[in-house]
Amino acid sequence: MFHWLARQRYLMDYTLAAMWRRKWRNLVLLVVFTLVVFLLASVSFFGSAVRFEAKRALKFAPEVMVQNLVLGRHALAPADWVDKLKGIRGTRNVRGRLWGYFYDQGNGANYTVMVADGSDPSLAVAPDEVIVGAGVARVREVEKLRNLLLLRPDGKLFKLRAKRILSDDSALLTHDLVLLSEADFREFFNLPRDAGFTDIALEVRNRREVATIANKISQRLPNARVVTREDILRTYENVFSWREGVLQAMLAASLAAFAIFAFDKASGLSAEERREIGILKALGWDTSDILAMKLWEGALLALFAFLIGAVAAYAHVFLFQAGVLAPVLKGWAVLYPQAPLTPQIDRLQLVTLAMLTIVPFIAATLVPVWKAAITDPEVVMR
Amino acid sequence: MIEVENVSRVYNEGRPNEVRALNDVTLRIPDHAVTVLKGPSGSGKTTLLSLIGCLARPTSGRILLDGEIISALPEHFMAKMRRERFGFVFQRFHLIRGLSVVDNVMLPAYPAAPDYRELRERAMAALRRLRLEHRAGMKVELLSGGETQRVAIARALINDPEWVLADEPTANLDSALVEQLLEEIRMLKADGKSLVITTHDPRIIDSDVVDVVAEMRDGKITSVTEVER
Repeated sequence: MFHWLARQRYLMDYTLAAMWRRKWRNLVLLVVFTLVVFLLASVSFFGSAVRFEAKRALKFAPEVMVQNLVLGRHALAPADWVDKLKGIRGTRNVRGRLWGYFYDQGNGANYTVMVADGSDPSLAVAPDEVIVGAGVARVREVEKLRNLLLLRPDGKLFKLRAKRILSDDSALLTHDLVLLSEADFREFFNLPRDAGFTDIALEVRNRREVATIANKISQRLPNARVVTREDILRTYENVFSWREGVLQAMLAASLAAFAIFAFDKASGLSAEERREIGILKALGWDTSDILAMKLWEGALLALFAFLIGAVAAYAHVFLFQAGVLAPVLKGWAVLYPQAPLTPQIDRLQLVTLAMLTIVPFIAATLVPVWKAAITDPEVVMR
Repeated sequence: MIEVENVSRVYNEGRPNEVRALNDVTLRIPDHAVTVLKGPSGSGKTTLLSLIGCLARPTSGRILLDGEIISALPEHFMAKMRRERFGFVFQRFHLIRGLSVVDNVMLPAYPAAPDYRELRERAMAALRRLRLEHRAGMKVELLSGGETQRVAIARALINDPEWVLADEPTANLDSALVEQLLEEIRMLKADGKSLVITTHDPRIIDSDVVDVVAEMRDGKITSVTEVER
């Protein structure tokens, strides 16, 4: 064992000297390799962080939401649906919800305007009060206990006092949020009390019966669209995964180009390298010594590049908010792009990425070296 | 002793560009002597030296070292043989550019992984003996022709081999350096080394250090002369 380690130390020593002698070629390889890892790791880190945010935020979403459809489009749900839904066995905490979107012309931003459902006392809002997400506060330059002035859809000015600014902890869903009292919401959107609700939320006593309850609701309210929390999460994942998939497909092309480049540059042995391998063999180096030396070379380069690329991607996504990729991955949201992401890494994806980059690179390095190393060292005599 | 028995070496066998470099060569090379393989270019000297030094395998025939067949060993043992029993001085020296003199000298010992300090001391001793100690840290590409050859000799000696094989060692040297080389050959011989040298340089062939001259032509040994003192 000690002899093996000592041998590896000698081989490593020679490898480092050899890498230094070909420093410019190795530097080009390092830069390209790092760039590919940086792009792929950025997509991976970003995807993991967004999925994590979505799961965390949706953990507090109602188990089932019931929406009214008129002409196939979402319309207000009649108020008497609340009682109808309460009559279905297995449901609990049935409540009508009021929420909508508001386009702030002055800032070109979309806000999600909601009535707090009262389940969380810290989110309770009295008339003339408002709780806003961090993004809204930033865009409107609102501080706690200051007034927020909004131009109602009918053109009238609406004044509210900011009771609280929500933190960035669950930025994905609260960043563009404006929480109002029910009275203010109805007044803001000019919605009569008997107009109903945006949708109706409910919980299911036995979680395993969510699908059964959803079926019962569909039978009792044929015009209703029943959406479960799992449906939302799945839809969200699908939409985001689609974006991520498109980007990864593009990056896969760059990965393929990199593989070709690596094969050519790392392993397309120059005459000088072939000669060097011949000399080492003639001096008594074994084929396994040559392969080990090249393995060290490939591994050092690949691991170093992977490390730099992954760390740079981490900084890019979590410190600099994925400035390069966010517009592609996030889509239309106006406020959300400023939402900070909670550092979250999918280890499996990272390991997969390492396997997809480091292993092909080392293989590309070793195969031609092996071909050169098994030839007779006699070549140096000619 | 090295015994070469009916050795042939054919390149590109069965192809239109087939070349028979050695043709049924038989030769006995004594220990502790300087043997010269003499002949014009293309006579097969270098090919024979390669086969003796386990750098390649004969197409047919066999080579024995101290009674043991070395021409049919598996690659791993061929490498061990090259490392432990033979030291090579190549015609173009083949030092690794970019490495220092002492690093080049130590290279053949790397796979054996000896203690680093002990190895470096061995390398420095070899350089000292060849009057190159002051060049130890210098990059080899900065050396003169004579110094380069002495580094190649120091490298050949680092594992203390019994046999030193030199291919056309005077091909790149002027007269003064040839004299220096003859001195080094004398020194190696005095140390009990066995040397096999390919050359067609009369300054070597006619020198007093040579014990056996084997003449080659067209891939065959045409004569073997033991020089009488």
